[in-house]
Amino acid sequence: MAKSIQMKNVDIYYGKFHAVQDVNLSVPPRAVTAFIGPSGCGKSTVLRTMNRMHEVIPGARVEGRVELDGEDIYRPAVDPVEVRRAVGMVFQRPNPFPTMSIRDNVVAGLKLQGVRNKSHLEEVTERSLRGANLWNEVKDRLGRPGGSLSGGQQQRLCIARAIAVQPEILLMDEPCSALDPISTLAIEELMGELKKDYTIVIVTHNMQQAARVSDQTGFFNLKAAGQPGRLIELDNTEKIFSNPTEKATEDYISGRFG
Amino acid sequence: MDEPESAKISMTRSSEAVPSPAGQPPKTNGAQSKDMRGRPRRRADAIFRMLVQGSGVVLLVIMAAIAVFLILQAIPALKADTTNFLTTLNWAPDSTPSSFGIAALAFGSLLTSLLALVMSVPVAVGVALAISHYAPRWLAGPLAYVVDLLAAVPSVVFGLWGLIYLVPSIIGPSKFLSTYFGFIPLFETNGTYGKSVFAASVVLAVMIIPIIAAISREIFVQTPRDHIEAAWAIGATKWEMVRTAILPYGRSGVVSATVLGFGRAIGETIAVALVLSANYEISLHILQPGGNTIAANIANRYGEAGGIGRGALIASGLVLFVITLIVNFGARAIVRRGEREGA
Ligand SMILES: Nc1ncnc2c1ncn2[C@@H]1O[C@H](COP(=O)(O)OP(=O)(O)OP(=O)(O)O)[C@@H](O)[C@H]1O
Ligand SMILES: [Mg+2]
Repeated sequence: MAKSIQMKNVDIYYGKFHAVQDVNLSVPPRAVTAFIGPSGCGKSTVLRTMNRMHEVIPGARVEGRVELDGEDIYRPAVDPVEVRRAVGMVFQRPNPFPTMSIRDNVVAGLKLQGVRNKSHLEEVTERSLRGANLWNEVKDRLGRPGGSLSGGQQQRLCIARAIAVQPEILLMDEPCSALDPISTLAIEELMGELKKDYTIVIVTHNMQQAARVSDQTGFFNLKAAGQPGRLIELDNTEKIFSNPTEKATEDYISGRFG
Repeated sequence: MDEPESAKISMTRSSEAVPSPAGQPPKTNGAQSKDMRGRPRRRADAIFRMLVQGSGVVLLVIMAAIAVFLILQAIPALKADTTNFLTTLNWAPDSTPSSFGIAALAFGSLLTSLLALVMSVPVAVGVALAISHYAPRWLAGPLAYVVDLLAAVPSVVFGLWGLIYLVPSIIGPSKFLSTYFGFIPLFETNGTYGKSVFAASVVLAVMIIPIIAAISREIFVQTPRDHIEAAWAIGATKWEMVRTAILPYGRSGVVSATVLGFGRAIGETIAVALVLSANYEISLHILQPGGNTIAANIANRYGEAGGIGRGALIASGLVLFVITLIVNFGARAIVRRGEREGA
C-alpha cells in the first residue's frame, strides 16, 4: 500500500486543446500533497491523469510518463481498470450512486472486485463509514438510497466508497468545496489519519486548508486564457507559504492572503 | 384579488392608447414603465394558462364523448349476447342466438404482446446501449437516425414483411424449438406451421424494437457524467459501468418505453391479421396456427359485421382500452416506486 507518484514530461490534451504542459513532479508515499492555483490552470486535469480517468473523455490523451512506484501506468499493457482500482478518487461534486443503498455504495468497488462474503462486506462497510466519519449518522439507515443523504454526507459517503477498497493512493478534487466547516474539519482530520496508510493528493482552492493538511504543495498557473497550464513549483508546504522560490507563487499566495 | 388586477389592466390599456398627459408627474411614468415590463408577461401567462387548461379540458371532453359513444354502441350487443361476454371463447354475434365473448381474444392479445415484449425489450435495450455507449461516434449518429426512422415505419410494412418473408422462413426455427424444447408446453406442437402465434409475436417484436430502442437511447445518453465517472473511478469495466450507472438511471425510461411498445403491440391490427390464421381458442401452443387478438379481430370482422356484430366489436375495443389503461397505471406505479427508492 501507499505508492509514490512520478510524472515525467507530462503533456495533457483535450482533443486539440493543450491543457497542461510539461509537468514533472514527484509525490511521496504516506504524505499529503496539495495542488493550488487559479481556476482553469489544470489541477483537476493533472489529478485525473494519475488514475487514468482523463481518457474517459472522448478525444482526451496524455503524453509522457506517469509512474506509480516506478511503473508507468500508461504502458499499453496496463489495464486502466486495474489502475483505477488501486488509485481511489473523490470528486468535487459528491457523486454517490443515487438509487443504490448506502451500504451498497460503500462496497460497490469491492463487489466489482468479486468480493461476496457478507460478513466481510459488512465489516468493510462499517470500517469505511467510520473512517469517513459518517457511521454514526447513517448506521440506522444503511439500506436507504445514497441520494437521500445531504450533500456533505454524500461527500463523506464517496470518501468511504473510495477507501473501502484500500487503494494505494487517494486523489481528492476539492473534496470540501460543498461542505460546511464542521464536515470540512472532519475531512481534514480524516486526511491526517489516512495519510498513515495512503498517498494523498488533494486539489483545493482553500489555501488555509492546503497549509493545514499538506506536507508539500504544488502551485499551478497559466500565462493566459487558452494557454496550457504549468506546474510552477512544488515544495514543502511551509516553504511554499513562507518563502516560495517563484514570484508567481508568492503573488498568488499573498493575493489571496492579503 | 381579481378585481383590482383587471382594473389595473384596463387602466394601462387606456394609458397605452392615449399618450400620457403632460401634467402627469415623471414618478408615475417610471412606475408605469416598470409595470409595462411586468404586465405583458403576466398577460402572456394568463393567455398561456387559458390555452393549456382549455386544451386539457377539450381533450378530456372528447375522450369522455368517445367513451360514452362506444359504450352506447356496445350495450345493445352485450344485451343480445346469450352467453357470458367475459368467459365465452366463441365469436358469433350475428348468428341466432347471438353468442360471443372476449376470453379467447383477450388471451390472444395478451399472449402475443407479452411474447413480443419478452423478445424485443432485451434486444432494444441492447441496441440502445450499443448506440449510446459502445458504437464509435461516427457510427452512433447514423445508427440512431436509422432507429428513429424505423420507429416511424407504418405497421402494415412489418405485416407484409411478416407475411411474405417471415411466415415461410420461420418454419426452420419453429421446428428447432419444438424438437429441442418441445417438453415445455409453450413449444409443444402437432406439426410445423408458418402462420402461428409465434410468428405474429415475432412480427410485433420486430415492430416495437425501434420504438423501445429509440426512447431508451434517449434516456441512456442523459445519464449524468457524475454517475458515469463515479463508476469508472471505482474501477468498473465498461459493462460494469453500464450496470452501475446507466441502467439504474435509465430504468424508469425503459419501463415507459416498454409500455409504449406494449401499447403499440396490443393495439396492432393489420400486421397481426396478416400473419395469424384466426380462430377462437385459448391455447398456449404458440407454434401451432390459431389464436386471435382483439385488434386483429376487429380489423377482420368489421366489414362483414351486422348491427349486433359491430356493437360486439366495439365492446371488445373497450376491453382493449381497459387493458392498456391497467398496464399504463401498473407501469406508472413501477416507475414511481423506483423514483421513491431513488429519492
Ligand atoms: N472535458 C473537457 N473538455 C475540454 N476541455 C476541458 C475539459 N475539462 C477541462 N478542460 C479545460 O482544461 C483546462 C484545465 O481544466 P481543469 O478542470 O483541469 O482546471 P482546474 O485547475 O481544475 O480548475 P478549477 O479550479 O476551476 O477546478 C481548462 O482550460 C478547461 O477549460
Ligand atoms: Mg478542478
